[in-house]
Amino acid sequence: MIWDALIAPFVEFSFMRRALIGALAVGCAAAPVGVFLMLRRMSLTGDAIAHGVLPGIAVAYLLAGLSIYAMTAGGLIAGLLIAGLAGLVSRVTVQREDASLASFHLVSLALGVLIISLSGSRVDLIHVLFGSVLALDDGAVLMLAGAATITLVVLAVIYRALVLECVDPSFMRSLGGRMGMIVHHVFLALVVLSLVAGFHAMGTLMAVGIMIVPATAARFWARSIDRMVVLSVLFAALSILAGLIVSYHVDVPSGPAIILAAGLIYLLSMAFGPIGSLRALKTPAWHYKS
Amino acid sequence: MSAALEFRDVTLGYERHPAVHHLSGAVAPGELLAVVGPNGGGKSTLLKGIAGVLRPFSGEVQLEGVAQRDIAYLPQQSDVDRSFPLSVFDLVAMGHWSKTGMFGALGTDDHDAVLHALRDVGLDGFAERGINALSRGQFQRVLFARLLLQDSPMILLDEPFTALDQRTEADLIGVVQRWHEEGRTVVAVMHDLDLVRRVFPRSLLLARELVAWGKSEDVLCTENLLTARTLGAGWGDDAARCAFTGEVAA
Repeated sequence: MIWDALIAPFVEFSFMRRALIGALAVGCAAAPVGVFLMLRRMSLTGDAIAHGVLPGIAVAYLLAGLSIYAMTAGGLIAGLLIAGLAGLVSRVTVQREDASLASFHLVSLALGVLIISLSGSRVDLIHVLFGSVLALDDGAVLMLAGAATITLVVLAVIYRALVLECVDPSFMRSLGGRMGMIVHHVFLALVVLSLVAGFHAMGTLMAVGIMIVPATAARFWARSIDRMVVLSVLFAALSILAGLIVSYHVDVPSGPAIILAAGLIYLLSMAFGPIGSLRALKTPAWHYKS
Repeated sequence: MSAALEFRDVTLGYERHPAVHHLSGAVAPGELLAVVGPNGGGKSTLLKGIAGVLRPFSGEVQLEGVAQRDIAYLPQQSDVDRSFPLSVFDLVAMGHWSKTGMFGALGTDDHDAVLHALRDVGLDGFAERGINALSRGQFQRVLFARLLLQDSPMILLDEPFTALDQRTEADLIGVVQRWHEEGRTVVAVMHDLDLVRRVFPRSLLLARELVAWGKSEDVLCTENLLTARTLGAGWGDDAARCAFTGEVAA
């Protein structure tokens, strides 16, 4: 019974195995990046960049069809471009980064949808927007694993500087050099990479979900950042597993199913987590003497 | 351990409006200097200029005996994200940055130095606490512990004693006086003039223009303070261009 529900789909069908491995690779790398996005109060920046990659993917699709590699390259270029442009605007004009990103991502979302509809059918548009984790081939899985590896290694390398840049940017600046700025941009590049990888598994609209939602849930369970990172990865893996199984049995799209599973974990955490949750904020029945 | 500082006709500001206007003068090695003046008088801006966070419109800040990146700089408290999940130990250990950089590990000595610095600022046993679980005064002590670790010959403090209770203030003044005895150069933005008279041998009175600079008792006379107040902190959009380019009279 449990075997049939939870294990059999992955044993019987290789596309389910590939989906699981590909999505897990995406989740393991995206969740830690999401923790930093959340702690830097840039959760919506991830959302904006996720939409910003769309025109790149659309142009690649127009030129090369449903080629995973072309679409990855297109998405990366567009994502880096939009993150860089938004950063540049916020530095050289009075506009803050969130405002400039919002404008850029709306424009590029419109542009992307327009380009896709120029040639493709409605099915293609839905594929790009919501992903097709069940259609990953071996090459795609390898690429997702590669992107996850790069993301985790680079994150480990910049970890200390990134934490410092988050907590006390002016201290970072006083240490001299452009270290803070470099770290910020490397981090943005990781966000783009994770989102483009996530796009294959979950589509542009859902990719940012696996990044942010497990991270926000982890916040209710951990006080230190390393624990937060570990928990976010666990939550992401759990949601992916649950989402895939549900989408297999009930025949719903896998991307939204995964994000909804993560959303359920988030809601439970918000209600019952030990730190800053609804339960934790309740007036205590007793208190210490000192 | 001696670092000196010289301003050569320095103008610092924002959007073409000067906050520090054509300042010249020198800070000797080992000096304990208070920067005083009205709000908006350019005190914090001056520290930013020394620390290299802000580049001067014109003129230059000359450093001797210390590289700009090695200056220990304590900005106003609001710059730190206190909600970040970090322990007191980790925050203080950042003072080791110039030694460890991005990858270097903390040795046993460095580890002990962190705990030692925490003891020196009266926070024994606080190492594992989160920085979000500290009072304002405790947090200021933590930042002082980080400054201690930076072990810099030049220390810049921006309103370090504002909104602290008397005991915390006294403890942290003790730290500053120790720095002074060790021959470090300390420049602090201050508001409490009585405290300045008691602790700081020299003062710089700034109201965008330099009003007075010298021994604290001379600088902080009624006449100078009145001048500083009338110079005020205006920021006129219709202000004329400053055509001043010449040398400053001594």
